[in-house]
Amino acid sequence: MRAAALESRAVGRLRRQVRAPLITGALIIGLSLVLAALPGWFAPYDPLAFDYAALLQPPSLAHPFGTDNFGRDILSRVIWGYRLDMQIAFFGTVFPILFGCLIGALVGYYGGWPDVVFGRVVDAVITFPFLVLVIAIVAVLGPGLINMYIAVGVVGWVFYARLLRAEIRIQKQQDYASAGKVMGYGDARIILRHLLPNAITPVLVFWMTDMALVILLGSSLGYLGLGAQPPAAEWGVLIADGKNFMSTAWWISIFPGLAIVLTGLGFSLIGDGIADLLRPQR
Amino acid sequence: MTAARDPVPLALEIRGLTTSFATAEGVVRAVDGIDLELRTGEVLGLVGESGSGKSVALRSLVRLVRAPGRIEGQALWLGRDLIAMPEADLLEVRGKEIAMIFQEPMTALNPVLTVRQQIDENLKAHTGLGRAERARRAIELLDLVGIPSAAERLNDYPHQFSGGMRQRVMIAIALASEPRLLLADEPTTALDVTIQDQILKLLLELRDRLGMSVILVTHDLGVVAQTCDRVAVMYAGRIMEVGPVVELFRNPRHAYTWGLLGSIPGAGAVRQPLRSIEGTPPSLADLPPGCAFAPRCAFVTDACRQGRPALVAVGPDHRSACVHHDRVARSDPAA
Repeated sequence: MRAAALESRAVGRLRRQVRAPLITGALIIGLSLVLAALPGWFAPYDPLAFDYAALLQPPSLAHPFGTDNFGRDILSRVIWGYRLDMQIAFFGTVFPILFGCLIGALVGYYGGWPDVVFGRVVDAVITFPFLVLVIAIVAVLGPGLINMYIAVGVVGWVFYARLLRAEIRIQKQQDYASAGKVMGYGDARIILRHLLPNAITPVLVFWMTDMALVILLGSSLGYLGLGAQPPAAEWGVLIADGKNFMSTAWWISIFPGLAIVLTGLGFSLIGDGIADLLRPQR
Repeated sequence: MTAARDPVPLALEIRGLTTSFATAEGVVRAVDGIDLELRTGEVLGLVGESGSGKSVALRSLVRLVRAPGRIEGQALWLGRDLIAMPEADLLEVRGKEIAMIFQEPMTALNPVLTVRQQIDENLKAHTGLGRAERARRAIELLDLVGIPSAAERLNDYPHQFSGGMRQRVMIAIALASEPRLLLADEPTTALDVTIQDQILKLLLELRDRLGMSVILVTHDLGVVAQTCDRVAVMYAGRIMEVGPVVELFRNPRHAYTWGLLGSIPGAGAVRQPLRSIEGTPPSLADLPPGCAFAPRCAFVTDACRQGRPALVAVGPDHRSACVHHDRVARSDPAA
């Protein structure tokens, strides 16, 4: 009995250790989502309103994050930025993950010539640096968020498909997959109910990381003028706004930068937490 | 031949079953034209060394062979050919009429689904039971395979069971649809001896209670002796000898069986040196002409290399593919 109690205490401690990053990440992202949902409640000022009486103000009680060269409140702009950048994190990953998982599961399960074609497509996409490819596509389609989603979707699915394909191939070799077949289950049931739950973990972990990456990408494109367009309060646009004032008004760029870092950290922590939580039980 | 006198109807009739794989070294026949029949309610043992094709043969029966594997021949299950039937019909037979259990209970259960979900899924797929009936049946099944406090363990995941219990769970899942044929692929190899004994007894008990036929693949002659009614000895993808267990163990009529039996440590009073079979099994890509066992055989003569020996009747219900089955019969395996 005592040994069992000790063991369960040890397991409890392990659980808590495992969950700490997950909880931290969930708090950060939860808060971000609240800000994204209701920026008007939290932002003290209109993010687009000019105030010529308060140009380039350093952080103060009235403007905790300072103001920019048009007197816009940086805190308000960062908070409104949550709305845009969380949208980017979601729409920038949801199409790649759906399409990528569909393709990955199918080629992983059935193999054959589609798998060979898929391999070549992956090679082709991976040969290009991701950012360059996305910029090239956005340059063709024209700047803007919708076109950015399209560009990311065209390129990004490959990474999800590759991950899931590999995992499905491993899982389908397992006896339980054969057992499912012998029990007369059809392919769709075996893929969706048996293989996918066992194969999806790395995809979920990558998804979290990818949301952080897509926010960075969105900000990069925003910075370059290819993503969200000024005067929209998007963090990359905000950083770009402040680049000419870095030596005199650092707060314009630093605070949106911190928001990016914090949100990226939140997603990464959740990713780590999920990975630990879903690791196959021993 | 002998089957004609047989009063028990055949459940499964295997004719010329061949499973081949195209490899870089040429076509490899993992199962090489085996003929075998399984009677209703019988436990048939399929024994052989690793790589003798016994598992592939078993999996071929339900066409569970991955590309580039090719299955040929016939396997008549209640008159229908499992090898030739369309995939859609096979889905009906699999699980419903024929179930299979595997060697590694760790990997043969889906780690992310509870036992209840896995039993329920099979019940849902193959019986018309309603939700409440399925829940009741799931408990019955766990009870049947001897899992203590079945109702409480239903919501456990596979990793929460011990090895032997996991094997019982797997059997419970396989039996959910009340199959008429159970294919058991080394079901006790991963278990320790006492658990092995329990599982084998369980299989026999279930066979009696549910009237199933069983094909039991194993490399363990002890398991065969304890469990099977008849046994087929496989070597290099071929059936070497087939007969009733007692008869075959007492009077082996194939040099390979003779060698196998001689290599088992006996528990008898007189201690004798173990006689092992020299050499290793041949590469399937490069089989010797004639009898596949000839290069390792103690009885070998030129006649053995002249062509593949056919299975011939050597006794009641006993067939051997040995050229020298008479000489083998006169030799004491323990000598």
